[in-house]
Amino acid sequence: MQVRLNGEMREIPEGLTVSGLLAHLGVKAQRVAVEVNENVVTKDRYETQPIGSGDSVEIVAFVGGG
Amino acid sequence: MADGWSIGKHAFTSRLLVGTGKYPDFPTMQRALAASGAEVVTVAVRRLDLSKKGAESLLEWIPKGMTLLPNTAACFTAEEAVRTARLGRELEMGDLVKLEVIGDRRTLFPDVVGLVEAAKVLVKEGFTVLPYTNDDPVTAKRLEDAGCAAVMPLGAPIGSGLGIRNPYNIRIIMETVKVPVLVDAGVGTASDAAVALELGAVAVLMNTAIAEAKDPVLMAEAMKAAVEAGRKAHLAGRIPMKLHAAASSPMAGLIGS
Repeated sequence: MQVRLNGEMREIPEGLTVSGLLAHLGVKAQRVAVEVNENVVTKDRYETQPIGSGDSVEIVAFVGGG
Repeated sequence: MADGWSIGKHAFTSRLLVGTGKYPDFPTMQRALAASGAEVVTVAVRRLDLSKKGAESLLEWIPKGMTLLPNTAACFTAEEAVRTARLGRELEMGDLVKLEVIGDRRTLFPDVVGLVEAAKVLVKEGFTVLPYTNDDPVTAKRLEDAGCAAVMPLGAPIGSGLGIRNPYNIRIIMETVKVPVLVDAGVGTASDAAVALELGAVAVLMNTAIAEAKDPVLMAEAMKAAVEAGRKAHLAGRIPMKLHAAASSPMAGLIGS
């Protein structure tokens, strides 16, 4: 299915949770924060929050800034 | 003598806050952060580059024990800033946010209407909000009324190194609000940092002045010393300015008189 991931349309397997998506992408969960459809998903909900077709997902991390 | 300061529930000793952007490399940044003696470092929240697996994390290069201050840099609306602040809190698991709502790409001056709007939302959500704002006392008061824990007027545009262009406004802001006033942005060199503290700002926040100096580590040391000197001068109380001379040596008892 298609989701918008960090602004780009991308094909991912169906039935993933946030945890599953991060594992699929090879991203360490403790280093990032995740938003689904403009709502932050707290880490305690990573295992349960499903990703649906057409969802908009943002995965962010800290970078240098002032 | 302990001369600390605090924002919300956070207490600090160092009056220098530093950024983590624009360094030539992480090892230089790490040494500069340590040399600055700062206890607070700002960080930005950005999309993870999913094509760069195993890229080095900024956090590994920030000395242990430093307090992270996530910013909402480059947000142009209150809504974007609020979303970014929420993501920053999720990353950092703290309550501090350096709130920026930018109104203009060329000058990076704040959109103060959006800033106050975003501040109200974030204060309600339990954030300790440190807004980057114009050197405008009326806006500073609005931000204090919105529940911000401090106000951070600019000395000059971000990254400009022009120094503190309107020290009188900074002074008026300090008269106007009860929350701590930090000078954020505009510092070019050590004397600018000293001026901020001499004026009575509780602290000064800078990034470019250190990160883009020819020798960032040495400049970090200079800034540390300047902030300490400025604070001491503020506490000591400077002499009033006079138009004419006031001799330091006695005028009487001269030979041949």
